[in-house]
Amino acid sequence: MRKVYLDNAATTPLLSEVSEAMIPYLGEVFGNPSSLHDWGDTAREAVEAARAQVAQLIGADAEEIIFTGSGTESNNFAIKGLALAQQTKGKHVVVSAIEHFSVLHSARTMEKWGFELSLVPVDKYGVVDPEDVRKSLRKDTVLVSVMHANGEVGTIEPIQEIARITRENNVVFHTDAVAATGTLPVDIKELGIDALSLAGNQFYGPKGVGALWLRRGVRIMPLLDGGVQEGGRRAGTENVPAIVGLGKAAELAATNIAARLKHLTPLRDHLLTELPSKIEHVLITGHPQNRLPGHASFCIEFIEGESMLMMLNNQGVAVSSGSACTSKALKASHILIAMGIPHELAQGSLLFSFGMDSTLEDVDYVLEVLPPIVDRLRQMSPLYSKFIKTSKGGK
Amino acid sequence: MPAYSEKVMEHFMNPRNVGEIENPDGVGEVGNPVCGDMMTFYIKVKDNHLDDVKFKTFGCGAAIAVSSMVSEMAKGKTLKEAMKITPRLVADELDGLPKQKFHCSNLGAQALQKAIKDYLSKKKAEGGKE
Ligand code: FES
Repeated sequence: MRKVYLDNAATTPLLSEVSEAMIPYLGEVFGNPSSLHDWGDTAREAVEAARAQVAQLIGADAEEIIFTGSGTESNNFAIKGLALAQQTKGKHVVVSAIEHFSVLHSARTMEKWGFELSLVPVDKYGVVDPEDVRKSLRKDTVLVSVMHANGEVGTIEPIQEIARITRENNVVFHTDAVAATGTLPVDIKELGIDALSLAGNQFYGPKGVGALWLRRGVRIMPLLDGGVQEGGRRAGTENVPAIVGLGKAAELAATNIAARLKHLTPLRDHLLTELPSKIEHVLITGHPQNRLPGHASFCIEFIEGESMLMMLNNQGVAVSSGSACTSKALKASHILIAMGIPHELAQGSLLFSFGMDSTLEDVDYVLEVLPPIVDRLRQMSPLYSKFIKTSKGGK
Repeated sequence: MPAYSEKVMEHFMNPRNVGEIENPDGVGEVGNPVCGDMMTFYIKVKDNHLDDVKFKTFGCGAAIAVSSMVSEMAKGKTLKEAMKITPRLVADELDGLPKQKFHCSNLGAQALQKAIKDYLSKKKAEGGKE
């Protein structure tokens, strides 16, 4: 059977160049970067080389990069650490309603710790209006966080415009660029931001490693206390092989970003135009054009995501869904709900995220196997039969 | 994908008794308060037995497998026996359900019981008229 992995938003595969770069650090190069001998020096040099590679990908200085254990950790660190470091200045934090849980729940935690939180809404495409950010700012606002691109609906946010507003108001601005970095060109100077999160497994690097870029001079409160690794901001012996892998993945992303865009965009556009022509009652979620290059997401009416996922998996196709039934919390995706999509429709959420291994034939395969699946599930759906009856009755 | 048993997968891929019954003797519709899904059962009754059972389900893989299993367990049973089908029994027949999917098995039993009650109350109303 054909096997088609279209869940690169969950994780991309590891490139062989990346795993090859990591292998020595899983074996003979085992030193602790903090040690003061040859073993330590070799490991430390590798970590510093990776730091320079990651910095280069986003146009930053190497010493502004802090390695973390994941995108989630980077986001936790940014929200909690940046807010706590400024608490004498104020205790108000602003984030968008469609942030990843690692931002949203961190902001909720800050609420429990005595901060106040404002959520900025989005429009039906999931776009934040920068003016809404401006309106949410107060004298005591110390941090704004809006994601660069949303991994679930693909929408790209107007980060530059938001950054202009936060700069005018002297408020620190963090962006969760986990879904964007390595896929879109991301340049911190162009964006004009203060902090940015990224993660290795979103651009063909290893899992369990991420980074937080922090503009020089911006203060942050460490979440992990211990040794003075990462300039005293993130204690704990470095995960050297993963960091080396992240560095290699960043280097490859920097050289190949144009090629990636060129490869992914047509795949996305093919599915975005063809799927709604093959299946009736389908909504494209997220912005139709201004979205991640390899990302096509939909809500298929009258049926539920998990059952589609299972039937697609049975045909060798791997995708994901934001339906309540697929979430461990059994809640519909807060992102779809924030975009004003009704719960019933959100149940039919389906997300295709292409990678460098994906081909146009893969898209065609999806276009061949998905319509009969939708048909089958609709035949089982009481919502669909109600719809058919009422629409017939209307005629 | 949740860790479903082979039996769940089998019922999910080949659900029995999907559909509606024309002029059913009873209909039971329930919504899942947890995730917002929906299940409808249709029954045909003959000599106090469930002569035919059909369902429609808007929900996850477990919900579809549960409906299929409930319909199979109920068919041919007396109304009284069918009322005794519990979520636990359904889950056991399916060789278990993942913990976070147990609530889906409530739906199946509830929808069937509702259909039977619908039948009984209609019958009572008719009886009253006579
Ligand atoms: S019907 Fe929603 S989790 Fe089963």
